[in-house]
Amino acid sequence: MTTTVPETRASAAPRRFSLSRALVYLALVVAALFFLVPIYLLIVTALKTPDAINLDTTWHLPGTWNWGSFTEAWSKVSGGLRNSLLLAVAATALSALLGSLNGYALSKWKFPGADLLFALMLFGMFIPYQAVLIPLFQFIKGIGLYGSLWGLILAHVVYGLPITTLIFRNYYSEVPDALIEASRIDGAGFWGIYSKVIFPLSVPGFVVVVIWQFTQVWNEFLFGVTLANPSSQPITAALAQLSGGQAVSWNLPMAGALLTALPTLLVYILLGRYFVRGLLAGSVKG
Amino acid sequence: MARATLPRKSSTPRRRNFSADRAWSLVVLAPSVVMLAIFVYGFIARSGYLSLTDWGNDPVQALSLNPVIKFTGFDNYANLFTGFLETRFRQDLVSTLFFTVFFIAACLGLGLGLAMLLDRNPRGEGLWRTIFLFPMSLSFIVTGTIWRWMLQPSGGVNALFGLDPNNNAWLTSSSTIWSFDFNKLPLATAFVVGLVLLVVAWRAWTSGDRTRTWTAVICAALLFLWALTFGNRVQITPAPEPHGFNLAFIGIVVAAVWQMSGYTMALYLAGLRGIPDELREAARVDGAGEWGVYRHVIFPLLSPITLSAMIILGHISLKIFDLVYAMTGLNNLYTEVPALYLYITAFQGNQFAKGAAIGMVLLVLVAAVIVPYLASQFRRSDRA
Repeated sequence: MTTTVPETRASAAPRRFSLSRALVYLALVVAALFFLVPIYLLIVTALKTPDAINLDTTWHLPGTWNWGSFTEAWSKVSGGLRNSLLLAVAATALSALLGSLNGYALSKWKFPGADLLFALMLFGMFIPYQAVLIPLFQFIKGIGLYGSLWGLILAHVVYGLPITTLIFRNYYSEVPDALIEASRIDGAGFWGIYSKVIFPLSVPGFVVVVIWQFTQVWNEFLFGVTLANPSSQPITAALAQLSGGQAVSWNLPMAGALLTALPTLLVYILLGRYFVRGLLAGSVKG
Repeated sequence: MARATLPRKSSTPRRRNFSADRAWSLVVLAPSVVMLAIFVYGFIARSGYLSLTDWGNDPVQALSLNPVIKFTGFDNYANLFTGFLETRFRQDLVSTLFFTVFFIAACLGLGLGLAMLLDRNPRGEGLWRTIFLFPMSLSFIVTGTIWRWMLQPSGGVNALFGLDPNNNAWLTSSSTIWSFDFNKLPLATAFVVGLVLLVVAWRAWTSGDRTRTWTAVICAALLFLWALTFGNRVQITPAPEPHGFNLAFIGIVVAAVWQMSGYTMALYLAGLRGIPDELREAARVDGAGEWGVYRHVIFPLLSPITLSAMIILGHISLKIFDLVYAMTGLNNLYTEVPALYLYITAFQGNQFAKGAAIGMVLLVLVAAVIVPYLASQFRRSDRA
């Protein structure tokens, strides 16, 4: 690094046209195709009539636009969609609220061993759910919640706690302790500080957590397929059923996949910034 | 980490009852702690216990209301790893490790490449980022459904590139490459560990730590001695058993990379943006070319991100289930992974003890990755 090679000029100004600049765009376009081409195929297939789906015309635009696949797919997944909506909203709200309180207690009222406790909680975020699945199944069955939405909600709330606690704890550790001190001197206690200082400051934190949790719960499959029966199945399980059947006509699973993907895709497109923040929070601990 | 500092007695005129507030913080945490203690640690313990029983090995007992459960020790594990009938599980295990390696390598490579492209400030950066990251918001089931259609023998990718469906059976191939005899695993492990120990010894020697040098050398020597004398004769399975990388997994790796490489891109991009321009400038002034800047300045600074990404992706891939379920279903032996096998044994075959044992194996695999990571994260935050 200290050896000086003369004649080496600093790289060209970033915005000027050059060969390397053109290569950057070429690489970006190729990469974008890799990500977008499956979506093109998804949409055109969903819009074709079953008999128009064959080898020769796989990549062609549909000759006749057939919206019927969506109606048919809708009739098969709408129950799951309703379940997923209820499940995701309830589980997200509960785990966000608990996570906020946990994060507050863990970051602003530290007690000896708080960090160890937090680490033990975090482990719950990474365990393979397969390792607890059989006892969980027994437990949910034992308390009579098997096959109802409540069993799924319970599971999602509990296993969502680590990540919501993590995000809120990191978020609250940015809130200056002086602010807490000041409110305490003014006579506020645990709940007073939470309701007057912390909670009003939490809106961005809640946005991140809610978006992240909603997406996670919506997309989850393992619990959905083991703890629910057909009437309480989330939409991912309904989609798996739709596309796993014999002699599939592909327009149907494609339309179903679009319906399943739409809510989280919209959340991502409209609120992507917060989605990415949740994504990064899952890997950066503190 | 900033700690809540206790108010000094003299400086708090209207001090509230401090211990009551502190008690509230424990009360607030209690429900979560109790729930997680039961749902995580309690259930792991329960799985561990079940894995040592024979629950479900007899189908009659599996479904009875009050099953007779016998404690059988490590029989289930012995069976999974050495039993004649469990070749399937051992292949799943090998498959999942191959899958993990390729999946992580491809995600890191593609993610880093995309982040480096975006770091050159192309026009419409936000749009590119959105495109690369959107699969992250989809369910593995959706991704699996889409890519299953993409990889149909007579359509999708094969039609797009004009490939012969007979030679490109993406998800249905039964060919295996890099086969090795499962029996040789202890032997190979001994050699690898021995070599690692020798490297440790060499490093200790150069840094002048004699005790560590000799300990490592002696351990390595013992391992090699064992490998050369008894290791050859170890038979863990009744017959030679070839396992390798099933080519049908290539398609699943592609789909998984499609979904997750945006994540590594986001991580790397955050890392690249965090490197101050002065550092790059300084390197350029010192005469480093574009590549030299990356090699000597940027890549070393990104290595903690690489480690984080490897750990996160690794734990996802070791327990992956839904993607495989959606792409090849339950009945494709060539693309099975332990998590899927667990589902089949426990939830379709009612062999709960065997399922629990598979779950524990998965837990050990994931914990081996996650526990050191969590520990190091917390040691670092303690020092800060």
